[in-house]
Amino acid sequence: MRIPRALLAGGAAMSLLLTACTTDDPDSADAGQELTPDEEWFDAEEYENQLAQRDIEPEGPEDEPWLQAIEPEMADTSEYKLEGEDAEEPTVCFSNASVSNPWRVTGWITMQQQVEVLQESGDIGEFRVSDAADDDNQQISDIQAFVDAGDCEAIIISPSTTATLTPAVEAACESGAPVIVFDRGVNTDCMVTFIHPIGGYAYGADAAEFLVEELEPGSTVLALRILPGVDVLEHRWAAAQQVFGDSELDVLGFEFTEGDGAQIKDLVTQHLQRGDVDGIWMDAGDGAVAALEAFEDAGKPYPVISGEDELSFMRKWQEEDITAIAPVYSNFQWRTPVLAASQILNGEEVPQEWVLPQQPVTEAELDDYLERNADMPSLHYAKFGGEDLPGFPDAWQDR
Amino acid sequence: MRSLATARPRPFRLGTTGLVYLALVSIVLVGTAVAAARGHNLLGTANLVDMLTRSSLLGFVAIGQTLVILCRSLDLSVGYVMALSSVVAATTMAGDPARIGLGIAAVIAVSALIGLVNGLVVTRLRVNAFIATLGMGLIIKGYLDTRYKGPAGDIPEAFQLFGYTRIAFLPLSAAAMVAAAVLAILFLRMTRTGYHMYAVGGDAEVARMSGIHVERPVITAHVLCSVAAGAAGLLVAARFGTGSTLVYASGYDLESIAAVVLGGTYLLGGRGGVAGTVAGVLILAVLDTVFNILAVDPFFKDVLRGVIVIAAVAIYARRQVDRTASRSRFAGSRGGPSGGTGDPPHPAPAEQGGRT
Amino acid sequence: MTRTAVPTAPGRIAREAVSRLVGGGSGTVFALLILIFAVIFAINPSFAQPPSMLAFAKQAAPLVILAVGQYFVIVSGELDLSVGSLVGAQVVIAAKLIDGEESRTVPVILLMIAFGALVGLVNGLVTTVLRVPSIITTLGTMLVLYGAIRLWTGGAPTGALSEAFRRPGRGGIEDLPVIGQLPWALLIALAVGAAALALTRSPYGRTLIATGDNDTAAAFSGARVWRVRTTAFVLSSLLATAASILIGGFAGVTAQVGDGLEFMAITAVVLGGVVLGGGRGTVIAAMAGALTVEALFTLFNQLFLPSTIQPTVQGLIIIAAVGYAARQRSTRSP
Repeated sequence: MRIPRALLAGGAAMSLLLTACTTDDPDSADAGQELTPDEEWFDAEEYENQLAQRDIEPEGPEDEPWLQAIEPEMADTSEYKLEGEDAEEPTVCFSNASVSNPWRVTGWITMQQQVEVLQESGDIGEFRVSDAADDDNQQISDIQAFVDAGDCEAIIISPSTTATLTPAVEAACESGAPVIVFDRGVNTDCMVTFIHPIGGYAYGADAAEFLVEELEPGSTVLALRILPGVDVLEHRWAAAQQVFGDSELDVLGFEFTEGDGAQIKDLVTQHLQRGDVDGIWMDAGDGAVAALEAFEDAGKPYPVISGEDELSFMRKWQEEDITAIAPVYSNFQWRTPVLAASQILNGEEVPQEWVLPQQPVTEAELDDYLERNADMPSLHYAKFGGEDLPGFPDAWQDR
Repeated sequence: MRSLATARPRPFRLGTTGLVYLALVSIVLVGTAVAAARGHNLLGTANLVDMLTRSSLLGFVAIGQTLVILCRSLDLSVGYVMALSSVVAATTMAGDPARIGLGIAAVIAVSALIGLVNGLVVTRLRVNAFIATLGMGLIIKGYLDTRYKGPAGDIPEAFQLFGYTRIAFLPLSAAAMVAAAVLAILFLRMTRTGYHMYAVGGDAEVARMSGIHVERPVITAHVLCSVAAGAAGLLVAARFGTGSTLVYASGYDLESIAAVVLGGTYLLGGRGGVAGTVAGVLILAVLDTVFNILAVDPFFKDVLRGVIVIAAVAIYARRQVDRTASRSRFAGSRGGPSGGTGDPPHPAPAEQGGRT
Repeated sequence: MTRTAVPTAPGRIAREAVSRLVGGGSGTVFALLILIFAVIFAINPSFAQPPSMLAFAKQAAPLVILAVGQYFVIVSGELDLSVGSLVGAQVVIAAKLIDGEESRTVPVILLMIAFGALVGLVNGLVTTVLRVPSIITTLGTMLVLYGAIRLWTGGAPTGALSEAFRRPGRGGIEDLPVIGQLPWALLIALAVGAAALALTRSPYGRTLIATGDNDTAAAFSGARVWRVRTTAFVLSSLLATAASILIGGFAGVTAQVGDGLEFMAITAVVLGGVVLGGGRGTVIAAMAGALTVEALFTLFNQLFLPSTIQPTVQGLIIIAAVGYAARQRSTRSP
């Protein structure tokens, strides 16, 4: 009895000691060590490409960014053109990853409103939806069910994870119906069009460049991330590491917060107890207000911060006159896939890779966007792009 | 599968398992009618494939979970074992068909080792199974998040067939799951360890006094449960074409427990069986497919699932009360809270005071 | 084996110091708590200053309160998995109904209390009267609350909390000498702790523990087991409501609020030496368990431990601590 007991106690003590040992590294190695982006998530060519795309004038109608495209290469879709009876109210199927965060909820409402318009005009008929609740396996089954049902004239997919959904998307392509993928991508180009805003690198770089510009050299920056392993989020961080690595800023480290306000506030409070934090970089705006409140409660001046075009953050930004930027992962992209479906079924050309514009909201545009969204709830996204839809504003207000 | 159910040896188990299959049949009938009203055929090939595919993944996990629960233990680490196994499989195989066997062996070894540790911590260190396996889950999560950043490895085409091949309406994965269920049933009925699992789960003290090494069945159950979760991980890898670290967030741990109790296995051990669990898994899959056909809001699905699981278990509990009341002379051997790895003892209203 | 002296020596001191208060048997958690704080202070002496400690108290208060609620349920022999979902639901309900209007604060809080009591009552009655194992009952409630609240709000929270609602979780008595702000959250947690301690000493508390130890015996000695346990569930849900007011106040509304809190609370209680299955353990130790969990996270943070590895260390420490406590119990009880 005595030995295991001693072992256990030793084990507990050891694990504590071990923690103490491991941690010396990041502490002493300062900022430099973790600022080389993970190779797995850093594609230098794609990075440069995205940074360049930010400055390219998109083609398409000026006041309808969801129909614009950056350097489109058009794909012929005449093989999918529906004739005669088929062309009347075709069934469109949509496999959604989830509506588990406010960004997706906002986009989903916009999409439904767009669908209503298209249904009214007869461009699409039944709009069949499966929601996989963030479960990859569920989504594979959902897509398979669409293929097996055989009556989907077009299949729209918003994949939950890039790599894991690839086989299912390929199976959908083989079914013969045109496949439209948007938001996160998949590792195949079998779909007719892949719709997405410029991307994660541009998002992360927009945020990091702003901090580099606004902060004195040597200032400290804390990075708040939601969770590891999600490619769009990893790309944002990889780009930020790249930008910070070339700067004089001192990156204190990064923390995973799961987007939970209480955790964000906890973590920021603790970092403030240890020393000053001059800048906050976030890979998504959820909980940005909680991060700012941690500064208020600790009696420290507001940091320079990058949030997102989420209204609670933008309102705080305006009220407190903070130095901030709101990088945007264009929420209006949720309109594009259904419009693309109707175009494809009409045999119209669509861009093969449909790169939508993605521009951060800056100080100069802040008031304008807040005014336009004055009646919207706080977890709404400023660039949702649904102002001209008939359901506006009620559909987004009473969710 | 019906014949398996009727083959259960003990009368009280036949009762509950029979009830579960009855529930399954009625849900299928109601679902077919509802789907037909919407112009869909629930029993058409597409929907059958959908239901069976949905059930195979949860099926593997739930079969393993059944064994553990029969021993009055619990495994909350299965989701993490699945994720780890899928990554181990994908990185070991690395896209090379010649390494498929090696990948499978690696998964079995890793998952069996985790199960062994779980079992030893529960039995030797006497850490409550809830905490022990929760802690094990955290340990694996930390490893996965630190070591892998997202999907890793590559599954060769040949092994992906495991996830996508089907014979008529029967997916290969579902067939494998049923085969695993049959093996588990045979194991429980034909082997001494299997028999001892019921004894230990029923009452560890009585089992000990009748000369059973009470630790052995519990450890075995944990090992088999982890290996079953490893098999689920292999299936995940086959379907995804790569290892997925984030599978652990999909809630298979709690869902498998729900499937097990939905299948009529008593959460406090000693009663129930794998045949019922398979039915429980199928019930959940049928419901899912029906909800999908009806385009039920995903959040409403959660509400319905919660209500259904509670309602089903309440019905079983009611039956168990009636049965035990009528066979009161056996009650003595089941009495008294055992100090084992247990979950909270079943509540007994005051007027039923003679039983735990 | 000199290393073993580290945890055991303070453990013994702590045990002796508190044994009269808590009735013994929970020494491990106090030893661990002291050890963790010792390491934190060694790394960052400034953490020992009152403002930092009070900030720690403020953020730990909700978990302490949840742990008290979970303690009542666990010691009665049950388990409550629904508290995380309930916290999330309550914060979202508050935001949606208050919608930034100060005047609605009090009515909405009253409504939340009623809702919390209702959830606890349903958990308790389904578990005791319908005889559904509590792990399934509360798993079901967790799913129902999770789904229903998102169904109601369309997936993401809407509305806003009022300033008054946020005060208990965020504010405090300001401008005190030396310590600065004395957080309301700390005072509330202390009050809850004192009330809980009084309750465990009351006839109800003794019946509760007796029920968890052996409900058959408790029933024979005249306890109404179903009522005792249902009350424990109601207490747990009410305390979860209190915690939700503090958490919502502390950090405002986010979609993820409350996620995983049930496991944190259960971990805290078990770490405090309270036995799953009922009948053993003290509420003070459960609260110490909650403090230990929070302190562990603070330690990780102070050590700059990469966030990804934290769960692994957390898992190891929990298993080791609970195993150690179990070993101690089994060597001492005969």
